Amino acid sequence: MSVLIFIDTAEGHVKKASLEAITYGAKLAEQLGTNAEALVLGPVSDDLPSLGKYGVKKIHHAAADSLAHMDAQLYAKAIAQAAETTGATVIIFSNNTTGKAIAPRLSVRMKAGLVSGAVALPDTSNGFVVKKNVFSGKAFANIAVNTQVKIVALSPNAYQTLSGEGTAEVVTFNAPADTAKVKVTSVNKASGEVPLTEAEVVVSAGRGLKGPENWGMVEELAKTLHAATACSRPVADAHWRPHNEHVGQTGIAIAPNLYIAIGISGAIQHLAGVNRSKVIVVINKDPEAPFFKAADYGIVGDAFEVVPKLNEAIRKLKGV
Amino acid sequence: MKILVCISKTPDTTAKIAFTDNNTKFDVNGVQWIINPYDEWYALVRAIELKEADASSVIHLVTVGGADAEPIIRKALALGGDEAIRVNSDSHDSYYIASQIAAVAKEGGYGLVLTGKETIDYNGSSIGGMVAELLDLPYISLATKLELAGNTASITREIEGGEEINEASLPLVISAQKGMAEARIPNMRGIMAARTKPLKVVEPVAADSLTTVAGFGLPPAKAGVKLVAADNVEELVRLLHEEAKAI
Ligand SMILES: Cc1cc2nc3c(=O)[nH]c(=O)nc-3n(C[C@H](O)[C@H](O)[C@H](O)COP(=O)(O)OP(=O)(O)OC[C@H]3O[C@@H](n4cnc5c(N)ncnc54)[C@H](O)[C@@H]3O)c2cc1C
Ligand SMILES: Nc1ncnc2c1ncn2[C@@H]1O[C@H](COP(=O)(O)O)[C@@H](O)[C@H]1O
Repeated sequence: MSVLIFIDTAEGHVKKASLEAITYGAKLAEQLGTNAEALVLGPVSDDLPSLGKYGVKKIHHAAADSLAHMDAQLYAKAIAQAAETTGATVIIFSNNTTGKAIAPRLSVRMKAGLVSGAVALPDTSNGFVVKKNVFSGKAFANIAVNTQVKIVALSPNAYQTLSGEGTAEVVTFNAPADTAKVKVTSVNKASGEVPLTEAEVVVSAGRGLKGPENWGMVEELAKTLHAATACSRPVADAHWRPHNEHVGQTGIAIAPNLYIAIGISGAIQHLAGVNRSKVIVVINKDPEAPFFKAADYGIVGDAFEVVPKLNEAIRKLKGV
Repeated sequence: MKILVCISKTPDTTAKIAFTDNNTKFDVNGVQWIINPYDEWYALVRAIELKEADASSVIHLVTVGGADAEPIIRKALALGGDEAIRVNSDSHDSYYIASQIAAVAKEGGYGLVLTGKETIDYNGSSIGGMVAELLDLPYISLATKLELAGNTASITREIEGGEEINEASLPLVISAQKGMAEARIPNMRGIMAARTKPLKVVEPVAADSLTTVAGFGLPPAKAGVKLVAADNVEELVRLLHEEAKAI
């Protein structure tokens, strides 16, 4: 019996969401009175033993170049094999784009019940019950997993990373050799920017900004806060901002520590993608804007006046 | 080519979310049902576009649901599906539903199986991947673009902080999201035609359920917004720093 955590990497670096998954998996192992082990597939440049400080004791690493790109079929096969050799009864993923590609496959392959989008540690007092968001964050469900092996995919930003002491032992893992049926022909990443789904702080703006030429102040504020930028759907539809910034029911769902909404009315479909943010700040000139009902802090005012001032005040606080 | 589009029914995006039976069942009272937006706007419309580009294509729709799913599947037929299959089951277990879809897919011999990125009620984002594994096919998740050249597909998929372009040979399972296509509205001709399009009801194949819903709940209500005057942004910064510890 053990808990096996899948560590997701990009360009050789461990993703922040995986640090959350390790912390979560280690806590669960402690709760179950067992060990937390982890698996990394593909070449890694980060220092793996130091991940021990998040609570993992042993890391199985298959460094083959053929695993450099995530291929859901090959990865699911390799993880199933690792789960068997480690005798894992729980397998943890981050419910990020990688987890969503692999965890369902693994669930079928191992006939292991999957809960995707977990937001808390499983309740193991009587069975194995995992809390997850449903109805796009408007409610939660407790899902009982009824199989011997269980798979949990943890919502990004739902579980705080905790680091303590310790180093992990890294052992070589021999992944089954196979060729991928899917070829990755190119990867396009906005360099230097913070990925929206991993961002701790998100600065978002809507139709209240009138046009794409007015986004300078939003980007400035995001830069000061080391934040990602987002937008409402009509803004992306009008091509004021790229589609990958669109948050909401039909866009990306995010759960940052801080979400700043500027000139966004707060329609229910928009809220569905952002209501899991820990702190919500709304800046809107209309005191009746529905977003204020979902907000923690708000300013009723003209964004064109408030946002530059806010940026200045934060820069002062941070001394930048 | 034969395309299978997986259609699920979800409460309208503005539906009131409440629960009954000691918080174990979703309260369907007064709920308007719609086609899950990802299935409709992206998976189905892209399938229709592919058929418009190659008239020899056939689009089949599959839904796993009770008789109350029929208005939804008719609407999908009105948009442009050719035939529909309803697997008569109310299950909410992803593995069980995926097993049903895989059984239909095996029988039909489809070049493409398209799903939405996720259902907006259960938010599983898992059925496409499960179907793919059951069929031993590649699965390209969270796709924003899909182009076909003969038997080869070029697909753009979302990754953290960007996108990736994949190339693979059919048959494939793909989950669709924004970017794939633009939403359409069914026209009168489509609605009339949908009435006579075949809608076959089949009984589910034997399959296990791996999970059950133990209960639902609503998140705690927000304490209420703290408003700060527009000419006092310093106070907002102080609150965010000292009280919320968010910056
Ligand atoms: C099925 C469905 C799915 C949808 N999915 C999504 C989704 O995923 N994401 C999403 O965002 N929307 C979605 N929508 C659309 C949603 O219903 C709203 O129409 C949309 O969110 C509104 O965007 P907005 O707030 O930017 O614009 P508006 O509603 O036009 O609001 C603009 C706001 O800016 C304020 N404002 C104007 N000028 C200023 C100023 N100078 N300073 C400060 N404030 C100002 C106004 O008071 C107003 O509140 C969906 C709709 C449907 C039907
Ligand atoms: N009951 C169902 N019948 C047919 N297709 C479904 C059903 N449930 C989900 N799907 C498909 O699978 C996708 C992902 O669903 P899920 O994994 O539940 O989030 C949806 O967008 C649909 O395309």
